[in-house]
Amino acid sequence: MGKLGEAGLAATAGPARTLGMEGECRASQARSWGLPAGGAGRDSPGGDAPLPGSISSSALLQTEVLDLDEDEDDLEVFSKDASLMDMNSFSPLMPTSPLSMINQVKFEDEPDLKDLFITVDEPESHVTTIETFITYRIITKTSRGEFDSSEFEVRRRYQDFLWLKEKLEEAHPTLIIPPLPEKFIVKGMVERFNDDFIETRRKALHKFLNRIADHPTLTFNEDFKIFLTAEAWEFSSHKKQGPGLLSRMGQSVRAVALSMKGVKSRPEEFMEMNNFIEIFSHKINLIDKISQRIYKEEREYLDEMKEYGPIHILWSASEEDLADTLKSVASCIDECCKATEKRMSGLSEALLPVVHEYVLYSEMLMAVMKRRDQIQAELDSKVEALTSKKADTDLLTEEIGKLEDKVECANNALKADWDRWRQNMQNDIKSAFTNMAEENILYYEQSFVASGSFPVSWLFASGGQSTGGSFIFSISPSSEYSGFISFRIYWFDFAVQGTLKSLLQYHSSKTSILWHSAFFMVQLSHLYMTTGKTT
Amino acid sequence: MEQAAPDPERLLQPAPLEPLSHPDTGLESVVGEEVKGARDEGPGDGTMTESNFSLKKIEISVSEAEKRTGRNAMNMQETYTAYLIETRSVEHSDGQSVLTDSLWRRYSEFELLRNYLLVYYPHIVVPPLPEKRAEFVWHKLSADNMDPDFVERRRIGLENFLLRLASHPILCRDKIFYLFLTQEGNWKETVNETGFQLKADSRLKALNATFRVKNPDKRFIELKHYSDELQSVISHLLRVRARVADRLYGVYKVHGNYGRVFSEWSAIEKEMGDGLQSAGHHMDVYASSIDDILEDEEHYADQLKEYLFYAEALRAVCRKHELMQYDLEMAAQDLASKKQQCEELATGTVRTFSLKGMTTKLFGQETPEQREARIKMLEEQIKEGEQQLKSKNLEGREFVKNAWADIERFKEQKNHDLKEALISYAVMQISMCKKGIQVWTNAKECFSKM
Repeated sequence: MGKLGEAGLAATAGPARTLGMEGECRASQARSWGLPAGGAGRDSPGGDAPLPGSISSSALLQTEVLDLDEDEDDLEVFSKDASLMDMNSFSPLMPTSPLSMINQVKFEDEPDLKDLFITVDEPESHVTTIETFITYRIITKTSRGEFDSSEFEVRRRYQDFLWLKEKLEEAHPTLIIPPLPEKFIVKGMVERFNDDFIETRRKALHKFLNRIADHPTLTFNEDFKIFLTAEAWEFSSHKKQGPGLLSRMGQSVRAVALSMKGVKSRPEEFMEMNNFIEIFSHKINLIDKISQRIYKEEREYLDEMKEYGPIHILWSASEEDLADTLKSVASCIDECCKATEKRMSGLSEALLPVVHEYVLYSEMLMAVMKRRDQIQAELDSKVEALTSKKADTDLLTEEIGKLEDKVECANNALKADWDRWRQNMQNDIKSAFTNMAEENILYYEQSFVASGSFPVSWLFASGGQSTGGSFIFSISPSSEYSGFISFRIYWFDFAVQGTLKSLLQYHSSKTSILWHSAFFMVQLSHLYMTTGKTT
Repeated sequence: MEQAAPDPERLLQPAPLEPLSHPDTGLESVVGEEVKGARDEGPGDGTMTESNFSLKKIEISVSEAEKRTGRNAMNMQETYTAYLIETRSVEHSDGQSVLTDSLWRRYSEFELLRNYLLVYYPHIVVPPLPEKRAEFVWHKLSADNMDPDFVERRRIGLENFLLRLASHPILCRDKIFYLFLTQEGNWKETVNETGFQLKADSRLKALNATFRVKNPDKRFIELKHYSDELQSVISHLLRVRARVADRLYGVYKVHGNYGRVFSEWSAIEKEMGDGLQSAGHHMDVYASSIDDILEDEEHYADQLKEYLFYAEALRAVCRKHELMQYDLEMAAQDLASKKQQCEELATGTVRTFSLKGMTTKLFGQETPEQREARIKMLEEQIKEGEQQLKSKNLEGREFVKNAWADIERFKEQKNHDLKEALISYAVMQISMCKKGIQVWTNAKECFSKM
């Protein structure tokens, strides 16, 4: 694949990590449920300025870093035996459900003034003699005057998105450009273009464009407009303009040297910002790992549960009296499985993509910080030159004047964008976690209903130990669950004191709540149950 | 394919079958209600008769477990666990209990008791002991026999075993069982003196050997199939359950990490900080809630395990029937061939090939006196054989009758217990869901306040 920009990356990508490591880790007796602490977070992606595909190279870096941190002390070890890190066997791949997501991009600033609507859909595979690649259809609807028409439809590939990002970064070095999804997913990928991967990428690209559209400055960027509207030939000829790869690489080499200087003279507020970014980056990476791990554990739980239910059915075939009970347990378990699937798909839509986007954002922020530092460093080096050399003082002073303006512009742009970004981040994180909590609540509610629907006739029949006493039982109303589920209250006369008593006695020795909490749900032929949500 | 010759000495002495002579009264003996549950940590009821046949209600509990060191048979140091068995007799009128006996026993003594019962009550489905080694272990559980959780579960299992014995209409009257509960010293010697090991039919242990039985009772064949199925399905279930428990543990525990990270993150956030911090606390609560949940589930698993082991006991009874039937058929066959031999000698016709016939041909005819002697011997043997066959037949029928009675009792017990266990499983699930709803509702509130 001799494509420009991708060549270097194809070489560095290396073989996809096999799943062997996961298997090994699973086989080990002891497992840890914790995470590597300390320095195992994401390192800053070298000192590079944005290289084409730099995000993926840092993803590679990250996987290396994780493995090296195997010996780091795990903060929370839940196994009885010594712990083993298997948090390393991790894929940043975001598994998604086949449910398609409608444009659900919410932005806090100027929601009423949104006049640019973009969708990314219909991935299509293209095969040429040199390569295979995917294009995505981009539909733009707008009422803006500067656009020639009100509706546009174009096809773009990932490379084109990369180009756009680079142009935006060039034009606005200290603005927080939205992140692109990774170029490659190293771990767990056998095929570059499996359906999940494409779908995840599509959604992320959709988000990328919409975030740009909602950014007060970036939305008016010329390259952005061309990206959305230009026909294929027009677009490729436009792309060819501008500095080539070599000059960009030259820039970045210089930038590395400069950025070192810039750090020293960083103003206070940017020191704070940098501090925040570092810590945030570390935490969000951990959260990304935790969330992915939870998803993985849930998947495996689901797989086992799927095997668990049918065994009861198998058993019921050789029983007479017990057959019904066994079948009911089996159907309970099946309901649980369905609820788990639903929870998983909810998480993969609401939580995982958001957290992962902010992982990428944190990298972006570091790059922005560096760029700011570079600009500062340029100024500083000129100032230094002025104080040391005596020659060309006039020229230097003029340059310094320009650079001072540049620095001031850059700083102000960053400050303003920073506040905006913080606000957005807060909202996004808040809603992502609220959704996660919601998914879990729904899951438990669904399982609750399933487990509770055991026919009460058993209690009458089992053991036949009628003692002649009567026993009154009640079900608590819905107020405990803030209106999510409501039941009618029933009163029963039980003749089977023996069974319930022994049952509850057994439990009461372990969990004293059971006897009094009246969670015990029974279903009669006329049991009526409503499930409703009150917000 | 073993084909051991039936050994008359291996026949059980009539004495141990004594309890069978009153099967009806045995079944009607008082069975305490708590015993049916038989998993209470409190004491259970049972009836016991001493050698002077005074009925009294007693309560049995295995209340403590203690680690001990001592010297074993090979004079080597070993560590083992001893269990305290307390027996209380309950006065009928006021229900007050008085501690009558308390002694310490170790697992191997329980095994000895059970092996004794297996030999002397082959027609009874003898309650099983809790597992010797921890099986169906999932990740967090230890397979170590000294592990305190394992010891605790074993204590409960041993108590359950004793309660089952005490509530069994026939087994509860056994002298050795009574001594097990009351006589600390010398009990082992007493058991060994009964010579039960000699009486044990070694063929019962060879479960894989097949005996060609022509006319087994069909019900026992079916029962054997059932017990095989039961064993296989319960072990499969327990295996998968252990894996499910493992995964569920994982899901919950990983959430605990959120707590830590949220709290660290909250340090740099101004507005979000409080929400994050308190949400993190709920994540910790969530993560730690799984421990209790799975502990309860472990009890459920133990209930299933008991019936997994019961399946073996069932199979042993079927096996015994098979062997008895086999012995019977062999005896009948032997008798028939002797009768034939006799007939041949008497009439002088040789219908079948026999060694005697060959040697006669080779070494000359035998004298009439020799022939008379042989016929007489055969006639005696035939008489003996007929007697034996009669008694074997009687034994066989008695066995079938009594075994089937106990099997019916067992079936009812099994259905009741397993139904209860399954319901309790559903109850546990409900409890888990309830906790989950609570935690996540709290967490959601915290998140929405961020």
